[in-house]
Parts: sequence; C-alpha cells; structure tokens
Amino acid sequence: MNFDYSDDQKFLKGEARKFLEAECTPKVVRGVLDDASRSYDEGLWKKVAEMGWLGAAIPEEHGGLGLGRIELCAIAEELGRVVAPIPFASTVYFCAEAIMLAGSDQQKAYTLPKIATGEWIGCFATSEGPGAVTPQSIKCRVEGGKLYGTKIPVTDGDCAGFALVLANEGGKPGLWIANLNDAGTTRETLTTLDPTRGAAKLTFDGAQVWPLGASGEGFSIMEQVFDRAAVYLAFEQLGGADRALEMAKAYSLERFAFGRAIGGYQAIKHKLADMYVKNELARSNSYYGAWALQAGAAELPLAAAAARVAASDAFWFAAKENIQTHGGMGFTWEVDAHLYYRRAKQLGLVAGGAKVWKERLVSQLERRNAA
Amino acid sequence: MDFNDSPEEAEYRTKVRGWLEANAQRKEGDGGEDVELDTPTSMAASRAWQAKKAAAGYAQITWPKDWGGQGGTPIQQVIFNQEEGKFGVPPNPFQIGLGMCVPTVMTYADEETKKRFVGPALRGEEIWCQLFSEPAGGSDVAAVRTRAVREGDGWVINGQKVWTTGAQFSDYGIVLCRTNPDVPKHKGLTMFWIDMKDPGVQVKPIHQMSGGSGFNEVYFTDLRVKDSQRVGGVDDGWRVALVTLMNERLAVGGSTGAQYGDIMKLAREIMGEAGPMLKDAGFREKLAEWYVQTEGLKLTRFRTMTALSRGQTPGPESSIGKVIAATQMQDLANQAVEMEDQYGIIWDEGASPLKAAFQGSLMFAPGLRIAGGTDEILKNIIAERVLGLPGDIRVDKDVAFKDAPTGR
Repeated sequence: MNFDYSDDQKFLKGEARKFLEAECTPKVVRGVLDDASRSYDEGLWKKVAEMGWLGAAIPEEHGGLGLGRIELCAIAEELGRVVAPIPFASTVYFCAEAIMLAGSDQQKAYTLPKIATGEWIGCFATSEGPGAVTPQSIKCRVEGGKLYGTKIPVTDGDCAGFALVLANEGGKPGLWIANLNDAGTTRETLTTLDPTRGAAKLTFDGAQVWPLGASGEGFSIMEQVFDRAAVYLAFEQLGGADRALEMAKAYSLERFAFGRAIGGYQAIKHKLADMYVKNELARSNSYYGAWALQAGAAELPLAAAAARVAASDAFWFAAKENIQTHGGMGFTWEVDAHLYYRRAKQLGLVAGGAKVWKERLVSQLERRNAA
Repeated sequence: MDFNDSPEEAEYRTKVRGWLEANAQRKEGDGGEDVELDTPTSMAASRAWQAKKAAAGYAQITWPKDWGGQGGTPIQQVIFNQEEGKFGVPPNPFQIGLGMCVPTVMTYADEETKKRFVGPALRGEEIWCQLFSEPAGGSDVAAVRTRAVREGDGWVINGQKVWTTGAQFSDYGIVLCRTNPDVPKHKGLTMFWIDMKDPGVQVKPIHQMSGGSGFNEVYFTDLRVKDSQRVGGVDDGWRVALVTLMNERLAVGGSTGAQYGDIMKLAREIMGEAGPMLKDAGFREKLAEWYVQTEGLKLTRFRTMTALSRGQTPGPESSIGKVIAATQMQDLANQAVEMEDQYGIIWDEGASPLKAAFQGSLMFAPGLRIAGGTDEILKNIIAERVLGLPGDIRVDKDVAFKDAPTGR
C-alpha cells in the first residue's frame, strides 16, 4: 500500500511551502485585495514561472518540467494555503489541461511553451449567467470562424491573453481558442466576492477563433477538463482548509474568555474537531483523485467528483467557522480570515458548484452500477 | 501513489493466501448471515479455527516468537486480516483478550503467570474480557466505584461493571478497581485479573433498545482475589489502564450496517411522484454525501496502512472513523425509513425492504454513537490529542475521590 505522497513529492511540497511563505505573504495577497486596478500579483507570477510550476505537468518537449500530476497537486495544495493571488488555476488546471487533452499537435507546440514560461495567461469561459452551465445555457455562437456572444463571469478574463470558450456552431457545442487582444473582443472587469482573483465579462462580436478538439464535442471536453481541474482545485481547497483550521486553532489558544483560552471550551473544541474530520475526508478523497488523474484511470470522473464535493465542503466549513472562532475580530478587514472565506466560494464555484458535482457523482455511480 | 503491495508484502500475502486456501473455505457471494457468537457450535468452531491459526503462527502475528507470534509487522497483520476476510471463518471472540487484556497482564506479570496464560489465550482455549466501564463511569472511566479492599494477603472486590463485551463466555477478565478513595480519582485505582467463573462474579445480559443482548452487566459480590492477581502497582491502575487502551487493535475494519449501496437499491424500487426516488434531486445530493464519507473513510484506512507499510506509526487520521461512520449510519437509516414513508414503521425481516436492514441500523445506530467512545469524547480526543487544545475543566482533579461531586 502506497497511498500518500512519495518522499520526493513531500520534498517538493516542503520546498514549495518555504518559497510561498517567503514570497506570498498576506501582504502580497492584500496588495491585490486592496487595489481594485490589480488583477493579480505580477511579481509572484514571474517567480512562480521561474520555479517551473506553470509547466510542472507539461511535457519537456513542450517546455514544461514533465513532472507528474501528483507533483502539480502538491504545488496546488501549497498555493491554496497562502491564497495565492495569481491566475494559476485558469492557466494551468483549465487551459493547459484542456490543450493537452484536446489540442492538435500544432496547438500544443504553439501554446504550451508560452504557458510554461508564464508569457501566456489563459482563462476558461463557460458561464453566461446565473445558474449552472448546461448544453441549453450556451448562447454564444460561432459563425464562419467568428465568435459572437457574452461570457460572464470569466475568472482571470481581465488579465488573460487567451480564452478557451464554450460556444455552439450550427447548434452543436464546441470549444474555441480566442486571442483576447484581437479585434472583436471587449472585456469589462467585474466586482466579485474574491477580489484577490480577477474576473471579467467578455463580449465577443466577430472575434476570430480556432477550434479546440472535435466539432460538437465541446461540452464533453469541458466536462473532462473540469474533472482534471476539479482534482487540482480540491488540493487548493484542502490547503486553504488546513490553513483555516490552523488559524482557528492558534487564535483559540491565545484568546481568553471567562478566565481561560477559548480553545478549552467544548463548543470550540468540537467545532475544530469537525473541521479536522472534514479536512481528512477531503484529503483522502483528493489523494484518490490525484491517483486517478496520474494513472489515467477510468475512475477519474467519480474520483474527481468525490474530491471536489469533499474539498468544497471542507474549505467552506473551515473558512466560515474560522471566522466564527475569531469572534468580532474575525469580521474585521485586518484579520486574514475573510481571505479564506472569499477564496472558499471562488474555488467552490469556479468549475461548477457542489450541486452540479453531487449530481455528476451520482450519475457516475449509476453508470458504474449498471456496468 | 498506488494501492499495490511492496514486493515483501506481496510475498507475505501469497504465503498467507496459500495457508488459508489449505485450511479454510473461500467465501461465496457476500459471506452470508452473521453468526451468533455464543452458541455452543459456533464457539467450538471459533476455538478450532483459532487453534489452527495459533499452530501456524497466525494468531497474533506481531507478537514475539517466544509468545507464539511471528515477530511480524503491523502491516503483515493487516494483510492477514484482509485475506482472512475473504474466507468463511468463524467469528473471533478472542480479539479483546489477545489485543488488549493479555498484553496488559504480560507487561506486568512474572514468567510463571505468562507461561500459564499466553498459550491458552492464543489457542482460543481461554477467553478474556475487559471490565472498565461502570454505571457511574463511562466516558469518565477513572471514576470507577468498584472497590477492592485488602484482606489478609489478598483483596475483596465488590461492585458492578457494565457494557462488558463477551463476559458471558469469558474465562478471565481484567478489572479496574478503586483501592483508595481518599486521593484524587486517578491516583486510587488498581488493576487485577480475575477468574470470571468464580462464584463471586455474576454476569447478566443487558437488554438493549435494539432488542438484542450483546453486552453484559457484571456484579462482584465479595469476590476474593490473591495479591498475585494484581496487575501493576497498588494505586497505579490508571497507568495500567492506559497500557490496555494503547493496545487497542488497529482500526482497519470496514463500516457496519446499511451502506449507500443499500439505500441506492431501495431508491431504485420506491416510486415517488416523478419516478423512482433515485431520481429525486434531494436524495441524490444526500447519496453523494454518503458516498464521499464512506469512500473517504476507506481511503483514510489506506493512508493508515500506507504509514504501517512504510514502517511509520499511523498519524491521527484514523481517529475520524467512528465519528463519521456512526453518525452516517443513523442518518442513512433515517432517510431510508423516511423514503419508505408510512410503511417505514414496519420492522420485520419478511416484510421490510432489504430484510429490514434500515430499521435494524436505525435502532442500533444510537448505540454505535456511544460505544467505544461517544461522539463527544471522540471529538474531545481529536481536539486535545490531535490539535493540541486544552483539556476540559476538571473540578474533581485535586479532590479526594470520596469528596468529588456526584449525581447520586
């Protein structure tokens, strides 16, 4: 039985933690939070690119490090701990995975090296309004290689150089690559729950696009990309949930009420124990997702859904109860607890919310039972 | 990251499998009915199987060879348990004795006592039970009131224990007694081993709310024991009890009661307004949550096994098991009974769906949330031992036991 990070992976994770504790301090995160004109921290993005993390799972022939998926999961866990304010998820978990999954050789050769160096920031544009993304919700359309319609919200759409866009052609969904600096595209920065991550409304009026993957397969490719992204996101959520629990624990030991540390009262102890239990369930399910992703296993859709459901629940619970444990201080701008609360919702919704993923999980279970 | 055995583990598994194939019958299907533990035939079968395992060194793999073990590793024991689970073997009523009681006695006993007890316990000839919990001391086990008073060169024990598993068929037991009520509670305890067949010991089954009787009350009336039956020092029994509890067997077992797969079956058959209940959106959300919990626990056990496999001590992650499993059992059973609607009140193996598995789980779940550490105590343990939060306020800490506040 070998169901844990290897020693090498643990070493990589430890190095990532050291790096991020030095380079992604709360001050760096707040630099983006407090300045509405900034979408992400450019300095951190450059350093993360220099570390090679953007191309961790990209093959060496395309300019990446060619490490495994599990190594990228370890990095994701550390990025989540420090609520890193960079477009890492959009570029790496969504776009790079989508191109590796569905791109032509030419597309891979052209885009992956630019992603690995940090030169190209990507975004993944699927939502068009309130409610889950379904085949019926897609109104964006492609005619004669030109894209028309609106995507909102698009995480990192305000800073990305390119977008992968879900849009119909001849009534059938496809995925399309759009250069966001081309004519026919306008972007409008959005105010969101988590200002440490940028987001935009993208309006396309005849922008030139190139197909990614087979015509008509867009929705299916999107779901496969979501399966992959869900695993990495689960590790970010896990890292955030662990950190929120640590913050709650540290505060409960230093805050005194009625003559003793509040961490000595069962109301707080049991709350923190509940956080721990949820985090461990999320960790185990996320590890399984990582294994399925790395192994290219048929179980990936089920494993990814379980990881996402468990990690979304754990991060949300830890983030909200961390604020509660901090009492009035937790509700202030100056205490970092709200950074995790914001990020919990950002990560919990970005690839579709819990309801969508629970449904995907159960339909996978039905499929497995029918087989 | 994978789920494979190391080469050494694979070799051990092959060896174990070979031995099991030669000595037991492989299970067909899901293993069939549960067997009552204390019918004479099943007990004879259990003893016979245990004797076979002992002869081959498989009774307690991690024990030293001198004691009849293999001097093996915990992962080897886990591998044996996994493989044994695939065979139709009789129930194992020996584990509390071999896992907890006998190692405690051995830690403190002289050579002669060791010789006397180890072999018979290992071979299943003698069964041991653990007598700690009392009517006034469950979660607070150090609050035991059963008195042991010195008389001549021995001791006289009077009092009552409760929730004792296996007392009705045990030959020996270890019992935690109060020997000094004039000092704080942890400091006045002493451990003894006793003969359960002594006329001073009376065992009465407890009638559970679920209808069954799996546990016992044990009464001591002027039970006389020799001082040589003392385990550890006088008034040092708390330390000894901790040794017992540390020896608790590795929690690598599966979940009990009705599972998510069972309720899926039910939901396929029960029709709601818009087709089978399996298509009900609310039900599907619950189902996803149960799946995540059940798989999460299974995968957490794999992480524990991984630590063992790497020769490490498992981390605290294994502490989450019962908190999740017991609560889920109650929730899942309740949802199933609700889904059956008016019909759900019927508890009849012939008439209720899935042989009344859900009604059975519903009525057993309250016990599971209490046995072996209540939800509340387990959360305290996670908070204190895993997270390092302070202990609860203890108003009886520096008070003589006889002066500590009590309910009655």
